[in-house]
Amino acid sequence: MDLSLSTRTEGDRTVVVVGGEIDVYTAPKLREQLIDLVSSGQYHLVVDMEGVEFLDSTGLGVLVGGLKRVRAHEGSLRLVCTQERILKIFRITGLTKVFPIHATVEEAVAATD
Amino acid sequence: MALVELTLTPLPAHVRTARLVVVAAARRAGLDDSLVDELRLALGEAASRAVGLHVKHAPQTPVRITVSDEPGGLTITVTDRGPAAGRVTGDLADEMLESDPDPDDDGVEALVDPDVALAVLSGLVDEYDVQADDSGTTVTMRWPLPARPVGVSGPGSTAASQV
Repeated sequence: MDLSLSTRTEGDRTVVVVGGEIDVYTAPKLREQLIDLVSSGQYHLVVDMEGVEFLDSTGLGVLVGGLKRVRAHEGSLRLVCTQERILKIFRITGLTKVFPIHATVEEAVAATD
Repeated sequence: MALVELTLTPLPAHVRTARLVVVAAARRAGLDDSLVDELRLALGEAASRAVGLHVKHAPQTPVRITVSDEPGGLTITVTDRGPAAGRVTGDLADEMLESDPDPDDDGVEALVDPDVALAVLSGLVDEYDVQADDSGTTVTMRWPLPARPVGVSGPGSTAASQV
């Protein structure tokens, strides 16, 4: 399965819904989406990963790149993920302490620092 | 003899091909379902690492992957022709935050950090080995397989003697 991407606005947050596999082949699409959002002034992002079936370190690298971009504008990048097989790679890399990870989009949208 | 041997042109799209083939071969060899996700991710890290290195250093040379059913378990090797593997010595998350790929570079090199891929693999797999020499690196990973049922085939089994 390829990567699917869609975005919607909820208040001052932009929700990016990601589905499918994020790997070295598909990661550039996600990277481009995140760059486009930041370029158009959307600095508070929620990435909904509940539909993601596979994520490797190249996908993580793209999320980290997105985080650095929004941080440069005092923004935020929150993740929505409850899948154990996806959370595992965040734990292995220690990125659980870098990304706020939420159980639902509602929780992520309502969250403040 | 390997159960399955793959030679991949070093293209990002083929990393997925490798995951699909290796997972299918591993399931057929009897790998427990609970280990399949781990194998898929570890193989994905090893293969994207190798493809990333080949794109930069050996674009005309295929990446080689083998799947074998050995006495020690299901054994998978991924061999590249890139420079020797490095190690992430500090905090992995810090390493990823500090790495600074060219924001305008859409290539594989900007996506794959070979050392991070290897660090993730080592965090996933209990039994792995990295052998590097002047010609490249071979990453070997091993997973336990359930004991084969006794007497299904072969000489001396009950089933065979009844035929």
